[in-house]
Order: sequence, then C-alpha cells, then structure tokens
Amino acid sequence: MSQPHNSKVILEAQGIVKVLGEAPNQAKVLKGIDLQLHTGELTLLMGPSGSGKTTLLSILGCILSPSEGRLTLAGHSTHNVGPEGLADLRRRHVGFIFQGYNLVPTLTAVENVMLALDLRDQNGPDAYDNAATALEAVGLGHRIEAMPSKMSGGEKQRVAIARALAGSPSVILADEPTAALDGTNGMAVMELLARVAKDTQRAVLAVTHDHRTLQYADRIVTIDDGLILKSERPKLATEGAANSDATAH
Amino acid sequence: MELTLTNTALIAERVTAPKRTRPARRNIPMVVKLAYRNLFHDRLSFAVTIVGIVFSVVLVAIQSGIYLGSEKKISAIIDKAPADLWIVPLGTKSYDDPSFLAGRERHMAISTSGVQSVEDMVVSFARWRKPQGGSQTVLLVGSDLQSDRPLPWNIAEGSSDGMTAPDTVAIDKSYYPDLGINTMADHAEINGVTVEIAATTKRIRSFTTLPFVFTSIENARRLTGAQQNQASYERVLLTPEANLEDVRSELASRLPDTEVLTQAEFVTRSQSYWLFQTGAGAALIAGAVLGLIVGIVIVAQTLYSSTKDHINEFATLRALGAGRGYIVKVILMQAVLSGLIGYSLGIILALGVITAAQDTKLTVIMTPHLAAALFAITIGMCVFAAISAIVKVVRIDPAVVFSR
Repeated sequence: MSQPHNSKVILEAQGIVKVLGEAPNQAKVLKGIDLQLHTGELTLLMGPSGSGKTTLLSILGCILSPSEGRLTLAGHSTHNVGPEGLADLRRRHVGFIFQGYNLVPTLTAVENVMLALDLRDQNGPDAYDNAATALEAVGLGHRIEAMPSKMSGGEKQRVAIARALAGSPSVILADEPTAALDGTNGMAVMELLARVAKDTQRAVLAVTHDHRTLQYADRIVTIDDGLILKSERPKLATEGAANSDATAH
Repeated sequence: MELTLTNTALIAERVTAPKRTRPARRNIPMVVKLAYRNLFHDRLSFAVTIVGIVFSVVLVAIQSGIYLGSEKKISAIIDKAPADLWIVPLGTKSYDDPSFLAGRERHMAISTSGVQSVEDMVVSFARWRKPQGGSQTVLLVGSDLQSDRPLPWNIAEGSSDGMTAPDTVAIDKSYYPDLGINTMADHAEINGVTVEIAATTKRIRSFTTLPFVFTSIENARRLTGAQQNQASYERVLLTPEANLEDVRSELASRLPDTEVLTQAEFVTRSQSYWLFQTGAGAALIAGAVLGLIVGIVIVAQTLYSSTKDHINEFATLRALGAGRGYIVKVILMQAVLSGLIGYSLGIILALGVITAAQDTKLTVIMTPHLAAALFAITIGMCVFAAISAIVKVVRIDPAVVFSR
C-alpha cells in the first residue's frame, strides 16, 4: 500500500461490520470494512445512496459502535468503550463538518467555534482569540460576530470548518460538505479542506456525491453495498505512479 | 463568492498578533451563554415560563406569609407577655379557648421554690353590645397593668394608665366597625356593664373573628363574673437560679387539676390547634403546594418544549463530543436562570402585595428566612421541572446529525 511521505495512520478500521435493526428485520449495512486514514491526506468516500457511507462515517467518528471489527483512533481502541468514552474520543480527536452546517443558531460565528473549544476544555482566556484566529484562517475574520442566520451557506460551512479545526483534532470527518452549496462555494470548501489536510497534517475524510470534488482528493474510496470496492490515489496516478490499495472484500 | 484559505497553520498555533479586546460578555461560561441564548431565543415561551414562576412564587409567598402571620397572630398575646411556665386549666386547647382555674393556683405557685412571681391572666368570651345596638362576641383579655410586660402593646391613642379606672377597655382600631365604634368617646357594654374606651391599639388582631378587648385583671373579673382569686392562666416567672423542669414537676404535683406548660409548649399547642386541628393551616399549606405544582408544571412544560425546539443543537453538541453532563448542565442552567429571574420578579410582587395588606384584616408576613426558603424552593422547583427535559436530552442519538 503506497502512501505519502511523512504521513502516518491516525485512524484504522479493521473488519468493520454493522448490523442495524432488530431481528428478524436486521440489515447488514457494513459487511467488513478495512480502511486507514493518514495524516496530511484528504480522502473522499464515494458511493451510491444506501451504500453505507454515512454509517461508516458514524463509526469512524465514534458516534456508532461497530457490530464486529476494530477501530483504532489516534492510538486508542474503541473496543468495549461505552457511549461516554466514545464521546470523549470524539471530543479529543475528531472534528465534524455536517451537510447542514449544524451551527448553533443562537450563537455568533466566533461563539460557535468557542463552543468546540469549550467542549475540549480549551476555554481559557485565549479561547476568544483562538476562535477568531480559526475564523480568520478560513477567511471569515470580518464576520466573527455574525449570527448564522445572517450568513450565506458558504460562510456557514466555513464556520463549521473552523469549528471542526478548533482544538486541533487529528481527524476531520465531513458529511457531504458541499451538498448545500453552489458550485463555486462547494469547490472553495473542498479546496479549503485539502489545504487543511496539507497545512495542518490532519486526516480529512469527506463523504461526497459530487464528482467535481475529485480533483482535490489525495485518495478516493468507493463503497457499495457495505463493502469497499476500490481505493485509489488519483494524484499519484496522474503522476504516473499507479497506486491501488484497494481493500475490497 | 470566492473562498480563500488564509493560512490554516495559524489554527494549530497560537497567534502572536496583539490580543483582541474582550468584552465582559465573552467571559461568560459557554454553558451559561448557551442556556440564556436558548431561553431568550423564543421570547414568548420564556415569558410564559417567567409568568408561571412569578405566579408560583407569589402564591407560595402569600400562602406561606399568611401561615406565618397566622402563627404570629395565634401566639401574639403569649409572645408579648412571655412566661417561664404557664399554669393552664386541664385540657386547654389554645390560648383563646379559655376556662377558669379553681382559684388557689396563684398562692400555690408563689409558695413553690424557684418561683419569682406569678401573675393572673383572665381570658374569657364576652358579649359586646354596640352603642347603636346589636352585639358581637369578643375575647376579653384581663391582665396586670403593672406587669413587666403589660398588655396591650402598640397603643395608638390613649394610654394603659387610663385602663386602671373601673370599666375601661382598650380595643384595636381595626375592630371599630365590628364593634360599632366610631371614636374613643363612644360607650359600649360588655356583659351588660357599660365600658369606656381608654386606649386604642394598632395591628393587634386575633386569628379568629373575635376581636380582642383588653382590660385590667380587676375589670376582667368584674365583667366576667369571676371570683377575685380566679384566673384563666397563671403567668409564672422563675428566679434566675431555678431549674425549670424541677419547678415544673413541683407545680404539676401540687396542682393536679392543671397543666404546667413551658412558653414554647403553650405557643405550639395554640398554633397546632388552630392551624392543624381546625384545618386552617392545612388549607394554607395546600394552597402553597398548589402554587408549587402549578410552577413545576409550567416550567417543566416550557423547558421540555424548549429542549425539543433545540434538540438538533443538543444532538450536534453530543456529536461534537459533549458528555451528557455538559448537556445536562445547559438544561439545568436554563432552569436555574428561569428560577432566578422568576424569583426576583415574584418576590418583588409578593412584597408589594404584603405591603398593601399591612393595614387590612389579612396578616401576611415575609421574613428573611422565608425569602431564603422561597428562593431555595423556586430554584429546586425549576431544577425538578427540568427532569423531563433532561430525560429527553440524554436519550439523544448523536447519529441523527447525519440524517438531516
């Protein structure tokens, strides 16, 4: 399996199986997923509706526990970890970006970012400055006191990205980050996520249907019917170094 | 709009640029900020919550204030003329449920070791005939006007010296209409004897509907037809070195047809009789409990509704890694903030009502202890009311954030 220099595996999923529902109406949504996320990489997770993308994202983000298999996040195994333990892992290691932004509508942009810092116990006297800095970094330095209701979709998603980055989690998981945006803003957000991965050496995984986003990916993982069909590195392929570390089962 | 990434590396590292000015509101803990923003987000719901709490605080304050006022009114005379021990007829239910002692008690008591002084007190029902006709039952209270704690107190017009003359009495000004009196110069009759009003008092009202009429012990005996050595109660004061229990045992053994009560026992017996045996206190307590229930229901309903309205935000918080404790803190903070605001407005309103009721027949009392207890009850009520919202919020599945 080929991977970029200086990158390391920050999240590893092995044999992930997820069964949803109660017998006899159970559905095996994930059927044995092996996946690694590397620092400094933007990975796109693609697949048709119902292929298990969101369930996989939930498991990788420690929101759901797998029925079978093992997940290791920043060196911590999630095996037999309860809901509060998973919440603690999410808080310390995962930043989320949601399709619908999920900003707290009663808080300003900077307060939304401060909220993430507060959850990570980084609520000291520098919290405001750090949150404002995160917003400046995503180009929203002039909108830090704006309420979400007064912001455009692109601005809200940038606040969500700043919130995900606040507190320096090692993994950023994005669920359809461009789905609610127009083409220009969508591509700008993807460019931003790619830069986040590179500049801050974080592992970024984005679920997407949008083929225009492929140009930003370091790796593209395709999933269907609960299985990874292929995992490819388009940039390396472009450079002539064909790579396919597909782990389809 | 073109998005530009200025420098994401800035995020991971502290900025060396000059610090921004931080207004005070930015120092508010995020839990508090989230709570009050949630509360103020839907101002109508918040207003309903506050009205509910204010209603509850005022109702509980007034009911409790009336209860305390009743306690004070019931024991007012005993409190104003306290004794170390009281000798009362056997079976006395309360201070104003009087009968007469046999007549030898004063002499028996004064000759008991440890007793410093004994004062007679006559308390009896009497018929008051109004100057313009018609009558009213009154509670005649006769006491030693030379006592260290003479009755009545709060004299507004006239003086207690005037009551030393035969057939003179003192009444409270608030009873003028009940007693058919217009001025102090009016004459009335008690049990067929014409009496003169020598003094009027202010805010001395009985717990029952019977007005107090104060007079000297001699006048009281004459007006009630009691013998010269008879009294309703003996007010016993002890020498400083006397042991209260020893004297009490001695008195009890020497006066078998009486009861010997301490000051606290006589007060408690009187209050218990009127407040609990008659059901009056139970009604007041029921009113206060009703106020609490109304408050709990309103706060619970609005907090639950607010939590439902903000459920997506709570789910997002959970997805971002907030522990249950963090989210519960937000809900509790909403409850406490509601309680603080509701209590502040409620207690101001209650104090207004109490002040307005000061010169009426209704005695409502607010003490620092009651105000503190009300505060604790209000906050407790709001926290209790938050339970349903907390149950709702801790059951949130953070995975729902991906389904929206």
